[in-house]
Amino acid sequence: MQVNEYKPLIVAFCCNWCSYAGADLAGNNRLNYPADVKIIRVPCSCRVNPMFILRAFQRGADGVIICGCHPGDCHYTSGNYYTRRRMALLFSMLDFLGIERERTRLEWVSAAEGAKFAATMNDFAETVAALGENKRLEDLRCKK
Amino acid sequence: MQKVNRDVLLEKAAAMLDAGEVQAVLGWGAGEFAYDVTPRVFETSDELRADFVWNDFCGANLSKYLVSKTKKLEGKLLVFLKPCDTYSFNQLLTEHRFEREKVYAVAVPCEGMADVQKLKALAGDGISSIESTDSGFSVTTIYDDAPVEVKGADVLLEKCANCKSRKHVAYDELLGDEGEVLDSNRFDEVERIEAMTSEERFAFWQGELSRCIRCNACRDVCPACTCEKCVFDNPNSGAENKAPTTSFEEQMFHVIRAFHVAGRCTDCGECSRVCPQNIPLHLLNRKFIKDINTFYGEYQAGAEEGSRAPLVDYTLEDLEAEDVFKKEAE
Amino acid sequence: MRKCSLSKLTDLFQKINESASLYLPATDNAGGAVYTKWADGVEYLDVLNTVRSPKDFFFPQSENLMEFKLKGKNIEILDIREESEDFVIFGVRACDVKSFEVLDRVFLSEPVDSYYQNRRAHAVIISMACMRPADTCFCTAFGIDAAEPAGDVSAWKTECDLYLKANTEKGAQLLAKLSNLTEECDDSEVSPLQEKIRNIMKKLPLEGISLENFGKGKTKEYFDSPLWTELSEACLGCGTCTFVCPTCQCYDIKDFDTGSGVIRYRCWDSCMYSDFTKMAHGNSRNTQVERFRQRFMHKLVYYPENNDGLFSCVGCGRCLSKCPISMNIVKVMKALGGEKK
Repeated sequence: MQVNEYKPLIVAFCCNWCSYAGADLAGNNRLNYPADVKIIRVPCSCRVNPMFILRAFQRGADGVIICGCHPGDCHYTSGNYYTRRRMALLFSMLDFLGIERERTRLEWVSAAEGAKFAATMNDFAETVAALGENKRLEDLRCKK
Repeated sequence: MQKVNRDVLLEKAAAMLDAGEVQAVLGWGAGEFAYDVTPRVFETSDELRADFVWNDFCGANLSKYLVSKTKKLEGKLLVFLKPCDTYSFNQLLTEHRFEREKVYAVAVPCEGMADVQKLKALAGDGISSIESTDSGFSVTTIYDDAPVEVKGADVLLEKCANCKSRKHVAYDELLGDEGEVLDSNRFDEVERIEAMTSEERFAFWQGELSRCIRCNACRDVCPACTCEKCVFDNPNSGAENKAPTTSFEEQMFHVIRAFHVAGRCTDCGECSRVCPQNIPLHLLNRKFIKDINTFYGEYQAGAEEGSRAPLVDYTLEDLEAEDVFKKEAE
Repeated sequence: MRKCSLSKLTDLFQKINESASLYLPATDNAGGAVYTKWADGVEYLDVLNTVRSPKDFFFPQSENLMEFKLKGKNIEILDIREESEDFVIFGVRACDVKSFEVLDRVFLSEPVDSYYQNRRAHAVIISMACMRPADTCFCTAFGIDAAEPAGDVSAWKTECDLYLKANTEKGAQLLAKLSNLTEECDDSEVSPLQEKIRNIMKKLPLEGISLENFGKGKTKEYFDSPLWTELSEACLGCGTCTFVCPTCQCYDIKDFDTGSGVIRYRCWDSCMYSDFTKMAHGNSRNTQVERFRQRFMHKLVYYPENNDGLFSCVGCGRCLSKCPISMNIVKVMKALGGEKK
């Protein structure tokens, strides 16, 4: 077993009503997903200000994923529709600036989808691991 | 170069001031040279006659000043608006940033404004006078005996070289002839960058953004940036930041600045005009405009007063974030 | 005085660079110039103004002062300053050289700023006379002679030759190292050049600026002037003028939480900003009129008041060409009566 195997740090913003419950269900069902996924609970996926995502990268995240209720299921009726537009534009902009597009993702995970949550995290962690450390949106002051 | 000359604007404004129909006039004031025009509020027709300027260096968009200047006045403020300025005017109205009834908007046709930096690059430094001619400028410097002829088209501001519209979308009165919405090539440069590899794009933007000195001119001049307190100035926001201490801070500021005006930016080009380091900031805004057009249908901020900005709107069938790059590839 | 053919300029740079890093104005690939570390292939750009002034060498936009680390119940304080090594700045204009004097009076008077002092002590300045001053130049008003720039070494550049004259011991030491590449010549060889420059200066459009009405004891005369409101009317409150200015020296000290400690750094501040000199009680200047007044009163009245009449403007013209709305110190001075009668 390799000791220094690179493990990416993932920040997952999860909406309180669906995705966070989905993560909970994944845990209850003893489903495996990487321990390096750090979950931050938000009231709704649309609470995620683009600044949160950039700040996560600044503080050492290698990948950031936003999880919300499926379209149509938002606890606040329409929050995730706004998220969808914002993230589409933000991800496209980050790509335009030359940040690897695979480092950001938006996924819909319901409270019943524990399995999907685990699978999504495993897949995302794998994708980010393949990219290696985040070098393009890093803040060297935070890497000590 | 400008088809409507100074006197037409001056007489209009002076007459309205003298008749008491407006309390003040927001226009451009003379400087030390032909090119250093400063936005100014005139309160008497004498002031106007002495210092009012309308020439090829009136690039400054006056619409943002309406937010603060109308608050200070009891009566009406006459403002001169170029076609591109009327889009900002509409957008500010849409966002309820000033009271429409306190403004008398006079639309002025514009043949494009000159960039003095480009002019100096061609004519040389040490300019003692600049005369506008039919095709451009006749520039006299202290170093040359004969004036240097410069073509107007060679020294246009970026925003004018890629002018999107010569049509005024809002006004109370129009001086001269109305123009058309143009087919501009304003997205060409965005497409050129999109065609690069990810590494090339990163290197390109690092090169550009590394020049940033965080003077905030791009933000402070932007008619879409009218927050009372910017998140970057607010010590309680957690994002306050005064200097580009690391390349991350540079990226952060410019992404967030552009994102915050996405869907509301009329592409007036002021950010790039004022950047002391010549960072092509308009490209970030245009990237958002282009994406919005591609993903959610054509939308021009400010074209219509009261229109709903794409980022405060949605449809059930919107594109999923993961499909963004597929859509762009099409 | 020494003289060297321009064809040997690269060799000269190479030679200087052997003993100390050499910085000179080069293209910033965006129409401007920036002081760049010389290496093979970097070409000297004979521009009048770099966008950012050379004050950056001594007073950078941001610098780390110290770091705090938490160890158990103790806080460890680390000195994380970067020690400066000897360096040479080539091509500094007379106005910018003068700006160092303005900065020195702030940072080198008690209590001495050791960060600044460290860098200042390691620098050798090679100035450059201005053969083609611009319409925005007004250094003569401040008693600066563009034909005789100060610095450790003064330089003059003609079509084919570079003339070098040492003014200080540091400068003489540097020129001694370059003796193989240069030849001795008489000081009078640059006299015609100097005369030419001085004649150009007289023809400049801003030649009429006068300082007679500014300086010590003028606070009351101008402080309550109604003109400030009018002059500052269009000011956007951005920091462009202060950041491109070679003499603006205000800074802020801030803490950055790295997650594992705190880095205390200092960065340029601007009197144009809404939180400038913000204290516990709030802000002492709440409107843009007051902030705008502060900038010009500082340059033209307060600074000379405290510094034996030395003005903290050197007439480089950067703010004239960079202000987004073209409001600048020249317009302010003229409005307040700063024109020769």
